[in-house]
Amino acid sequence: MTVRRPGYLVGAGCVAIATIMLLPLLYSVLASIKPTAEAATAPPTYLPHGVSLDSYRRLWHYQEGLLTYLGNSAGTAVLTIILTLVLTVPCAYALARFPIPAKELIFVVLLLSLIVPYQALLTPMFLMFAKIGLTNSLTGLAVLHTAIQLPFSLYILRNSFAAVPREIEEAAVMDGAGSLQVLLRIFIPPTVPAIVTVTLFAFITSWNEFLGALVMMSSSEKFTLPVILATARTETSLGGTDWGMLQAGVTISIIPCVLVYLLLQRYYMAGLMSGAVK
Amino acid sequence: MRNRWIGLAYVAPALVFVGVFTVYPLGRMIWMSLHEWSLISAPRFIGLDNFRQAFGDRQFWVSFVFTLEYTAIVTPVLIVGGYLLALLTAPASRIRGVTRTVIFVPVVIGLGVSSLLWYWLFSTDFGVINRILLDLGIIDQPVLWLGVDPTVSNLAISTSVVWKVIGFGMILFVGAIQAIPAEITEASLVDGAGYWQRVGRVMLPLTRRTLLLVTLVSVIGSLLAFDQFYIMTAGQPQNETATSVFFVYLNSFPYLKLGYGAALSLILAVTILAFTIVQLVLTRRSES
Repeated sequence: MTVRRPGYLVGAGCVAIATIMLLPLLYSVLASIKPTAEAATAPPTYLPHGVSLDSYRRLWHYQEGLLTYLGNSAGTAVLTIILTLVLTVPCAYALARFPIPAKELIFVVLLLSLIVPYQALLTPMFLMFAKIGLTNSLTGLAVLHTAIQLPFSLYILRNSFAAVPREIEEAAVMDGAGSLQVLLRIFIPPTVPAIVTVTLFAFITSWNEFLGALVMMSSSEKFTLPVILATARTETSLGGTDWGMLQAGVTISIIPCVLVYLLLQRYYMAGLMSGAVK
Repeated sequence: MRNRWIGLAYVAPALVFVGVFTVYPLGRMIWMSLHEWSLISAPRFIGLDNFRQAFGDRQFWVSFVFTLEYTAIVTPVLIVGGYLLALLTAPASRIRGVTRTVIFVPVVIGLGVSSLLWYWLFSTDFGVINRILLDLGIIDQPVLWLGVDPTVSNLAISTSVVWKVIGFGMILFVGAIQAIPAEITEASLVDGAGYWQRVGRVMLPLTRRTLLLVTLVSVIGSLLAFDQFYIMTAGQPQNETATSVFFVYLNSFPYLKLGYGAALSLILAVTILAFTIVQLVLTRRSES
């Protein structure tokens, strides 16, 4: 890797590729700030001739209002994060350190959804959810997202709990700490990075998930952001799709993911790499 | 203290959750697949009739073949493209690192949302892709990218998906390339091997495990494709661009053929499982 190749060639290649990757996103943001009339012109203008927040204003008032959809998406994501952590932190702790009857079997069962895609389970899940009142409910959707996310979290957390040195743990036990105290005082502090990783992935999964939300939510006031935007793509304003509003919606949906990724990139990569070596 | 029942108590909530929300639906799916059930009428046991019906259903095969075509288009591009990008961005330098970060950005955004973005870019009259191609003189009238011709739709959607996920494979390849011990690289330099010779003889063999892993993830992800087709073509024309998951969705939800939908889900799950097993066997073999 120490070979010197023409630096300018690599530089030019990098700039070109980065530009191609960023252009669609940049173009979407630019389209979202075009004035209403310009956003609806065919063929489209390359660069906005004017700047206006009209598209965002229309999105703000679209159907139940943007805040409802943002709230639904954020609420589901937060609930997914909480459920995932509450279920997988104690479980991973026990799997890493306690003797458990039929441990191997339990671990396999817990990781079952790694090999059974949730897309295939949606039909029976929908029927079950309908029976127990979890359809058209943010809690129900969060349960579904937790079921998707659980094996990954368990895997990451178990590995990082297993790496905590036994000596510190034994010292705490000698001092008379109970198993819950050991978890909270000895195991959680050094594994905060893994917990951040798990939280981050649970957020991204829930915020972006589409098919489950489409199937489970039946009334528009319960839709998450991607579902209401997908509905908006076919709905007409003045005889055509409201492209400006659609791209305003795309921009708003993308911002939290990109921010979280750029701020927590280290944790994101850690999760990806440890998921990859399994 | 190290009581096995304490351990079980910690495991229990997650175990119950998985039991209720994964194992039970799986069993229920198998049970449903053996029944005729349309919500209005009570379920009626019909043995393997749903499966017989599926294998004789024209749309089942249209969806299956279309999904395979999509997988066959997307996977090689993701592997070869992702690897080339990894070769470009793996060595430590500022510009390469920034490029890597940028290429990965679309991976973190939602597939549904990126599909909405590309639905607009590929729009016949309002999309910038036709505008660029017209201005460059490559085409002389707007192309109908989505929902008219299945192959053209497939290529357009594949383009959007490559943009969206190519960074995923790239990042894993970068990790694998960076993990190659420096001595091995140096030894091949002493041998006087050229760059592409080193790639072929040293890097590819040493990153084979990651290549297999990325292939698996890409194949499985493509076989489960739904969002991009639902949003960009809605299955048009005449469900010719409805993927396998799309077909399951149509039967289970709009059509409410629950037993049939469950049988289709089961076929899908078994297909995915088969690919997973093949890949695991290959990975094992490449290790030994």
